[in-house]
Amino acid sequence: MTELTRRAALATTASALAAPWILPRSALGQQKPAKLRIGISTFLSGPASVFGVPGRNAADLLIEQLNAKGGTAGAPVEALVIDEAPGVNFLLGECRRLVQNENVDVMLASISSGSCLAVAPLAEELRMPNIMWDCGTQRIFEEGTWRYSVRTQANAVPEIVAPLLYLLKIRPDVRTVAVVNQDYAWGRDSWAIWKTAMEAIKPDVRVVAELFPKFGATDFSTEITRLQALRPDVVFSTSWGGELDTFIRQAAERRLFERSLFVLPLAESSLERVGKALPEGVIVGARGDHWFLHPTARGNGRLDGFVAEYRKRYGAWPIYPTFHMAQALFALEAAYTKALAANGGVWPSREQLMDTLRGLEFDHLTGRMKIRPDGQGLEPMLIGVSKHVPEYPFPVLDQMVLFPPELTMNPMGTKGLDWVKGLTMETVAKAPAPISYKA
Amino acid sequence: MAHRLLVAAAAALLLLLATAQPWLRFVLTIALSTGLAVLGIMMLLRAGQVSFGHALYVAAGAYTVAFLRPHSGEALFLVLAGAVVATGIGLLVGLFVTRYRDIFFGMLNLAFSMVAWSLLEKLYALTRGTDGIRVARPEVAGLALEGPAYEWALLLLALALALTSGGLVARYLRTPAGEALGAVKTRETRLEFAGISARRVLLQAYLVSAFLAGVGGAIAALATLHVTPLLAYWTHSGELVFVAILGGTGHVLGPFLGAVVFELVRVYAAASFPDAWQMILGLVLLGIILAATRGLVGLVDDLLARFGRRA
Amino acid sequence: MGLLLLLAVLDGLAYAGQLFMVAVGLTLVFGVLKILNVAHGSLFAIGAYVAATLIGWFGAEELSLLALAIAALAVGALFGPAIERGLLARIYDKEHVLQLLVTFALFMILEDLQKLLWGVQPRFEDAPVRLLGQVEVGGIFYTAYQLLLLPGVALVALLLLVWFLRRTLLGRSIVAVTHDREAAVAIGIDARFVYLSTFTIGAGLAALGGALAAPTTSLVPGVGVQMIVLSFAVVATAGLGQIEGAAVTALLIGLARSLAVYFAPELEVVVPYLLMVAVLLVRPAGLFGRRELRRV
Repeated sequence: MTELTRRAALATTASALAAPWILPRSALGQQKPAKLRIGISTFLSGPASVFGVPGRNAADLLIEQLNAKGGTAGAPVEALVIDEAPGVNFLLGECRRLVQNENVDVMLASISSGSCLAVAPLAEELRMPNIMWDCGTQRIFEEGTWRYSVRTQANAVPEIVAPLLYLLKIRPDVRTVAVVNQDYAWGRDSWAIWKTAMEAIKPDVRVVAELFPKFGATDFSTEITRLQALRPDVVFSTSWGGELDTFIRQAAERRLFERSLFVLPLAESSLERVGKALPEGVIVGARGDHWFLHPTARGNGRLDGFVAEYRKRYGAWPIYPTFHMAQALFALEAAYTKALAANGGVWPSREQLMDTLRGLEFDHLTGRMKIRPDGQGLEPMLIGVSKHVPEYPFPVLDQMVLFPPELTMNPMGTKGLDWVKGLTMETVAKAPAPISYKA
Repeated sequence: MAHRLLVAAAAALLLLLATAQPWLRFVLTIALSTGLAVLGIMMLLRAGQVSFGHALYVAAGAYTVAFLRPHSGEALFLVLAGAVVATGIGLLVGLFVTRYRDIFFGMLNLAFSMVAWSLLEKLYALTRGTDGIRVARPEVAGLALEGPAYEWALLLLALALALTSGGLVARYLRTPAGEALGAVKTRETRLEFAGISARRVLLQAYLVSAFLAGVGGAIAALATLHVTPLLAYWTHSGELVFVAILGGTGHVLGPFLGAVVFELVRVYAAASFPDAWQMILGLVLLGIILAATRGLVGLVDDLLARFGRRA
Repeated sequence: MGLLLLLAVLDGLAYAGQLFMVAVGLTLVFGVLKILNVAHGSLFAIGAYVAATLIGWFGAEELSLLALAIAALAVGALFGPAIERGLLARIYDKEHVLQLLVTFALFMILEDLQKLLWGVQPRFEDAPVRLLGQVEVGGIFYTAYQLLLLPGVALVALLLLVWFLRRTLLGRSIVAVTHDREAAVAIGIDARFVYLSTFTIGAGLAALGGALAAPTTSLVPGVGVQMIVLSFAVVATAGLGQIEGAAVTALLIGLARSLAVYFAPELEVVVPYLLMVAVLLVRPAGLFGRRELRRV
């Protein structure tokens, strides 16, 4: 792949200098392309590459598997990966290059919410089909309508509401809460959702500390000292990656887990790395309906095959971004197949592809999900508590609840932060029954 | 004369590239906006002072555009406003930092830009933190433009601003105040004996540099239509100095040449080696410093000289 | 309130210890070479990664502290001379700006090198922390590693350095070159060797800082970027080339930061920079710096 792109890059320079009259091929190709070219933006450097690289790895593996059986709707797939770490200026230039020069048919952008917010308008301008494969901010489809973008996973609202419902279900008597979130948009947004929802459901819970260590902090000693002194019933943190690992380790070393119940909505992605330093009984989320030991999907060949191959190739168990990547690729495949059928075998235009993606129902590795007419994906939320078992050197999830989107996601046309104000203890009571871990 | 021809040729080549490759219009606009900021850095470098914090002024220009956009739909006004705000901040900071030289000058600029960066991330209610602020596409000189037309308009605006500011800075550098800049670097005390305040000379250059960075930031914001705090981060400041050295400080063409080459190298390095593009940029920089201290402009000069001898 | 203040001070101490270890190498190198080494943070990160790798290899908890020391020595001995002889020695006669940018280029290269060598998945090896166990202060658990070992090592490093610079031949040569290079060379000091050894010691100190930090934190790409800017602030606030000054400043910043977390969390991130600006406003050469003579 690298080889090809380099050649393409050189060809660009050559053609730019020698043949200014060569223009990119028409945007409206109704013919089946020789190759389906997918541009993927992900983090290849910086702290968020913790997610970006597994996502890219999953794309490599899945595309290879896809091509082995003939590609997407008969067209072999090729991925062009770009790094979104250098920021929006660079990313938007790269997206333009992929669309206008490399002629990609569809973009999978991005991980960071800032990137997604910046790419969506560009997708409109370039008429570029865009699947938001991993970014979480609910603002995207609440504050804008996008013809050329859809999101194949849930968003921040269910990702935070689900663990809250779970907590109130198993600990209805909670009195005090403290938060330790990274000081950036996600840390602030997720806390706003949690706090607003909690005040609606259980107004007597007191917030004893709101700690926002800087993004990229390497040390949480001071925060942990404060939490030890305050002894809140619950410590909530949506941190992720290296920072979450550090927070968990430092908290474990200083026995903070003995004093407070932790709610960690993104901890699934850290389980293998922190190992059994994370004690039992911590509420863990996975940003969606997926986990490599997913309780209802285990035993289906699709998940097991992917997990085994991923582990063999990359030496780690797949974490949520790999599943998000799979969702995007499976949605794309389903959409092309459906549109082709509806189109009488003629390759769909970009607009037809987008129309098919909206309202699409598709199977992915761990279940089946739907994309709403506004482009937002409807995905259940898997929440569980950590449990130590002999089979794995790290905690697994137990007492898993699969929260359906109807319970945790605001309806189309409403704003998540307003909608959570209507949550009550009755919502908590509607949570489905937990599923126990089975070896 | 040779340089004037060179500038015309460079501008023509730029337009040719942008015609041949539509996606380059955006990249080149960003490159010109970077070049504008670097032009200011170059003036400070003439005085021997390196600012590791000029991303602050780029961000000031960009965020001014983002904050004012709901109140004004005219790109030209937004650029002007961005420049004015950046210059205002430049005056406040400049009055303080121009008392310092060398490493302290660099570090203080770094400190101020880091404070600004923290604030942009911290003041979430105002700035939307790392998510950044989206900028609705404004009109350019009263014209509501879409897609490629807007991209062309911005590129031409950036090019016009680059040519104008390049010309003005070149002229300024030949005035007594401009000449005095070089003296700040080599013999500051003598400058003071001659009755010229080194601090005032430096402050002037600092204000111009803040103004140019503000213009650059505003253009970048209008091109990306989205601003994030990363604009103010210290690595971005480092890149600006990087581009200045890459381009060379000998001629006002340097910053723009450096910026275009920097953006293109980054794009192609990222396309070929998505995992190691930073390393490639680093190697390019090392090569330039070790092999061609006068930067790309120096290389071009050498070529011209050789060509001239032969002709 | 009294207890709270005590806790804040303890947290500040632990943090100051770490900060000092990084800043001291930077300031030492600047004092002699007059180069502000942007890649210092990369050496910190590489020291940390090597330490984590060695802890993993050694396996046994008892050997983990040894792994930290070996990592620091190895990285210092390997990278120090390689960078100084291979790169910096070529640019001593160039402008400050160019020297600074050479280290910036080096920083970019080393950032990607770390990624290529160690990947992007966070690494965490906390054997040394587990080995030393916990300490209880007023009902609050601290790890002995952070509360005792880190500030302890920082203090020992400070004393050793001061002793080395005042009492040994090489140390005195370094001080002599710091004060006046021409004079030092005139009385027969081998400046080349002084540069080489100073940079190697500085690289080793950065690596030691990284190695000591490794057991307490996750190693991720960019861990060095975070450290470098902060240590710049320490060095500039203290006054360039000031070793004891760096210790005092690290302490100040450490305490100010932890007090901020307790009483004004919003200010935590900006505290070091505000402190720096405030100090330089009153003392333009830093808390302990001497005003340099201007060139005529």
